[in-house]
Amino acid sequence: MAETKPKPKPKIKKEEVGMPKQEAKVRVKNFNEVALGYTEEQSLEEASRCLQCVKPQCVSGCPVEVPIPEFIQCMKDKKYAEGITAIKMKNALPAVCGRVCPQEEQCQVKCILGKIGDPVSIGRLERYLADWEREHGIQIPGKAKPTGKKVAIVGAGPAGLTAAADLIKLGHEVTMFEALHLPGGVLIYGIPEFRLPKAIVRKEVDYIEKLGVDLRVGNLVGRIHTIPELMNSGYDSVFIGSGAGLPMFMGLPGENLGGIYSANEFLIRVNLMKGYTFPEYDTPLRLGKHVVVIGGGNVAMDCARCSMRLGAEVCLLYRRSRDELPARQEEIENAEEEGLVCKFLATPLKFFGDEKGWVKSMECQAMELGSPDASGRRRPIPIKGSEFTMEVDTVIIAIGQTPNPIIQRTTDGLVADPRRGTITVDENGKTSLDGVYAGGDVATGAATVISAMGMGKKAAKAMHEYMMNKK
Amino acid sequence: MYRIVSKKSLAHKETLFEVEAPDIAAKAKPGQFVIVIPHEKGERVPLTICDYNANKGTVSFAFHEVGKTTKNLGCLDEGDCLLNVTGPLGNPSEIKKFGKVLCVGGSIMIAPAILQIKAMKEAGNHVTTVLGCRSKDFLFMEDEARALSDKLYVASDDGSIGYKGLDFLKDLLEKEKYDHCVVLGPVVMMRDVSEITKPYGISTIVTVTPIMMDGMGMCGVCRVMVAGEMKFGCIDGPEFDGHQVDFDGLVQRQRLMLPEERLSSMLWEMQVEDGGCSCGRNKA
Repeated sequence: MAETKPKPKPKIKKEEVGMPKQEAKVRVKNFNEVALGYTEEQSLEEASRCLQCVKPQCVSGCPVEVPIPEFIQCMKDKKYAEGITAIKMKNALPAVCGRVCPQEEQCQVKCILGKIGDPVSIGRLERYLADWEREHGIQIPGKAKPTGKKVAIVGAGPAGLTAAADLIKLGHEVTMFEALHLPGGVLIYGIPEFRLPKAIVRKEVDYIEKLGVDLRVGNLVGRIHTIPELMNSGYDSVFIGSGAGLPMFMGLPGENLGGIYSANEFLIRVNLMKGYTFPEYDTPLRLGKHVVVIGGGNVAMDCARCSMRLGAEVCLLYRRSRDELPARQEEIENAEEEGLVCKFLATPLKFFGDEKGWVKSMECQAMELGSPDASGRRRPIPIKGSEFTMEVDTVIIAIGQTPNPIIQRTTDGLVADPRRGTITVDENGKTSLDGVYAGGDVATGAATVISAMGMGKKAAKAMHEYMMNKK
Repeated sequence: MYRIVSKKSLAHKETLFEVEAPDIAAKAKPGQFVIVIPHEKGERVPLTICDYNANKGTVSFAFHEVGKTTKNLGCLDEGDCLLNVTGPLGNPSEIKKFGKVLCVGGSIMIAPAILQIKAMKEAGNHVTTVLGCRSKDFLFMEDEARALSDKLYVASDDGSIGYKGLDFLKDLLEKEKYDHCVVLGPVVMMRDVSEITKPYGISTIVTVTPIMMDGMGMCGVCRVMVAGEMKFGCIDGPEFDGHQVDFDGLVQRQRLMLPEERLSSMLWEMQVEDGGCSCGRNKA
């Protein structure tokens, strides 16, 4: 009897294929995208690392349950159209998610390859397929038979766009109301061009519109139509995805001086209004040479990196230490490569202005870390007598946003958390009002694009069930 | 698209537009404002609503041609379209029967003041109106105001028409008792009137017009201190208690972008002089 030779085990490459990027020296002088995307060869090489697990863990880490092994297998077979179709069954915004999702904390953290080396770069592969589709023509999938039900979506951000796409594919008639003059929510006003090009956001929204969603911009729900009015005017269900756009200030003396921006004001001027092209675009943006960004999240990094691109020296002031920075590691690295200086364990106390009312310096105080607080992070404690002064001409306050309050203020009977301003929902996004659902930052407080999309998806499913069961 | 159905010159470089915006017209109330975006590269400019007609589906707003955007708007004609008009924004005025009401309108804000006067009158108030202007050439809507008010006074900065300055109000308040006062006008005027009414304990509501961008609570550029607390002009206002507003802070924040506004305006003038007026007209 001939002995069967054991098959040689395929050798797994432990290292991921690196993402080609614009060089730091070059990119800090432009607003073009930093990460250039894989080539076909690179994406095939990275896809080949996927083990096609029988029980894939990655999918369980994805808030919208993208069938990751399936789409990667399609890539291995060079069936790109099938690959993107598989993604789009679950995710209507793959070009966005491939760029801004924190995959390292979601799908990729669960990848089995992570135990021996780098996990598969799932996000970069998703981006490759989405970009491939955009170049080769976007396919519009078929829809279910019309149900005769009408849905209103409030807010054309990540949560609303996801809910809209899912509901229209189920055969409902969908109207989406957006308060700003351009759709996309935080994708358009918040995340800068060099992380997420606006032409890509536009294309993703185009796709949603091509599915048949009726988009109405410049239409502020709460002021034109209230939620009860929508429910009484023929809509069978309403989804509120109005976001967390109300900026927080610190309540410090001198905070109203010129040159002190909320992160939102700064980012809206730069991204939505294209203030960095002033006077070509009409919205001005005045930025000095010495910018201090207060905060440590992704929004703070975005503000810092925009400021550097506008020629400023930027210092990030964060009250905890590097280990507690809430921003994505990748963003911190990118920002530091571009010249960001971080000053940890310090907080501002007071701002001083010049004779024209423009900020010229700020008094700060050093901090030390105490025991963990409710968030699990070590609590910063001021050190007495450690006050110091910094010369600045621009300050950007990026310490967080709370939910937009207009809908909560104009909707009787809608239960909201009085302290956090969030609309109260159950695990499916159901609010206190019959047929009214909410999701994304307005329900959770400021979080990520993908968690908002996940909630939009869950709510869409619940809304579908609600409408189909209603007599 | 938001079509301009009528354009009316109120005074030199002061213009009133009536624009097709049926959704807004159906919901607008006195005290609210709209954000106007003239064209794709344009700013978002807040303008107080001066009138609305739900049947016709139109809203009106007035502007003074000072900066690039307002000069640009001034170039547009009936039939031209604006890229976007968003509204109605801000909280409506408190309109009820107060008794005897003093309504003060100044400069371009005379136009929205007329709407307040009308609403106050309809609510059964005795209305005394004061119109303030720089000089007689800048006075407008005097006849409308007279027809709507129980009493009308006119004042100008240079005394070329009516009283010189607002000091006459002190005598007026000495003689007559007022229950409520509303002021729409330049910050200095709102501050002065608020100071005059304060000793008499007359509740005084002012309409702030800070720099705004989104107009719906997102950017915070319109922040203003009221009774020592930070408020947003767009979602907490635009009307506040005139005895509590930090007017000096308001003026300072209104001037934040003056150098940029001047540059923009200068470039616009040069472009127009060159004959290359590209006012971003959107044809319907």
